[in-house]
Amino acid sequence: MASIVAVIASTHHPFYYRASTATGEDRPPFADEWTRKILAFRETLTRARPDVLVMVGSDHFHQLWLDNMPQFLVGKAPFYDANWYNEEREFGLPRMLLTGQEDLSAHILRAGLDSGFDLAFSNELRIDHSITCPIITLRPEADLPIVPIYTNIFAPPLPQPKRFVQLGAAIREIVESWPSHLRVAVIGTGHLSLELGGPRQFGPHGPDPEFDRRAVEWIANGDLDGCLREVTLDSLHSPGNATHGFMDFMLMMGVAGAGVKADYVDTLDLFHTMEAYFTWYPNGAAA
Amino acid sequence: MSKYLLNKFLFMVDRDPELVERYRSEPRELVAWWEAECANTVLNCHTGEASTWLRFDDAEREALANHDHVKLFELGAHPFLTLTLFIALFERDNTEPLEYQKSYGARLAHISMPYPDIAT
Repeated sequence: MASIVAVIASTHHPFYYRASTATGEDRPPFADEWTRKILAFRETLTRARPDVLVMVGSDHFHQLWLDNMPQFLVGKAPFYDANWYNEEREFGLPRMLLTGQEDLSAHILRAGLDSGFDLAFSNELRIDHSITCPIITLRPEADLPIVPIYTNIFAPPLPQPKRFVQLGAAIREIVESWPSHLRVAVIGTGHLSLELGGPRQFGPHGPDPEFDRRAVEWIANGDLDGCLREVTLDSLHSPGNATHGFMDFMLMMGVAGAGVKADYVDTLDLFHTMEAYFTWYPNGAAA
Repeated sequence: MSKYLLNKFLFMVDRDPELVERYRSEPRELVAWWEAECANTVLNCHTGEASTWLRFDDAEREALANHDHVKLFELGAHPFLTLTLFIALFERDNTEPLEYQKSYGARLAHISMPYPDIAT
């Protein structure tokens, strides 16, 4: 059976690509520290020597729209074009082409449906920065086949937080039951507190540093009980109007397992939102 | 009132560079043209089929025609769609980094929790 060699949860900050590649006067003052932290984070994936990446993210109204909105969707295609005109325009993100791992997509869809998740699927999916940002930060060669999984954290009505956790736990079991010798890393990105298009956006820190502090603690300690006790669809409005993206972190806590402490934890207090990086090694620390 | 149609306008204009420019330079004309020609387009469908019932109410049409992102927020338009399109329209006039993004937030400073419902 396949083995999960790393579980990684991260924020997906679309400004990283431009900040890290800028030079001279265009290079922001925080770029060097940010790059150092990303290189250290990248090493946590590299040392796990993955063959395949399961990538959990959320479409930002690019391909998925309100006339036809899935809650959880698995891509099943041989290739995925990536990044969109408005991401090129606003963030300077490059166009990319990623390879798909269709066998694993098919396995996740079949096993997911059979275990109570009515997953939607797509055979032609153009992915966006929720998945390309972690490719850029963690595997910039973009040379490994992927299975993209999209969640709806964006267009209410949303699934409950516990459903994200349950799906994460199911993904863990399903990938580990994939009849393959390949080494899989499961990587998911979300947000800590975040405000977009509201009065608290683009401040000197994230909109709710106290929420961020507690969220990092929940994730680092695998404290799903504490997290689920406090986090509801209603409560997530309070730290910032885009904070429902935190539920993708909760999904990744479900993949990592209740009570399992992260093997690697790092954060970076930036303007607008706090960055956070976590890695678990389910089979013990990678060599 | 149709939050869905407001969102559809923001979504369709945002993804088309030509429409972004027309909305920046002639917002009222663009809104009228879009409502007449594009509002009933079924996006995930072959061309040639359309809906028949979608139209703005007066407050929505005025908010769009006046580039009034505060009113759009109050009407429950999706804040991510509004922000993304308005950055495309006006960030180019910045004299320092994030100037437009910060002033956009400042213009919403009078809004308190809970924010208007964005569910469609």
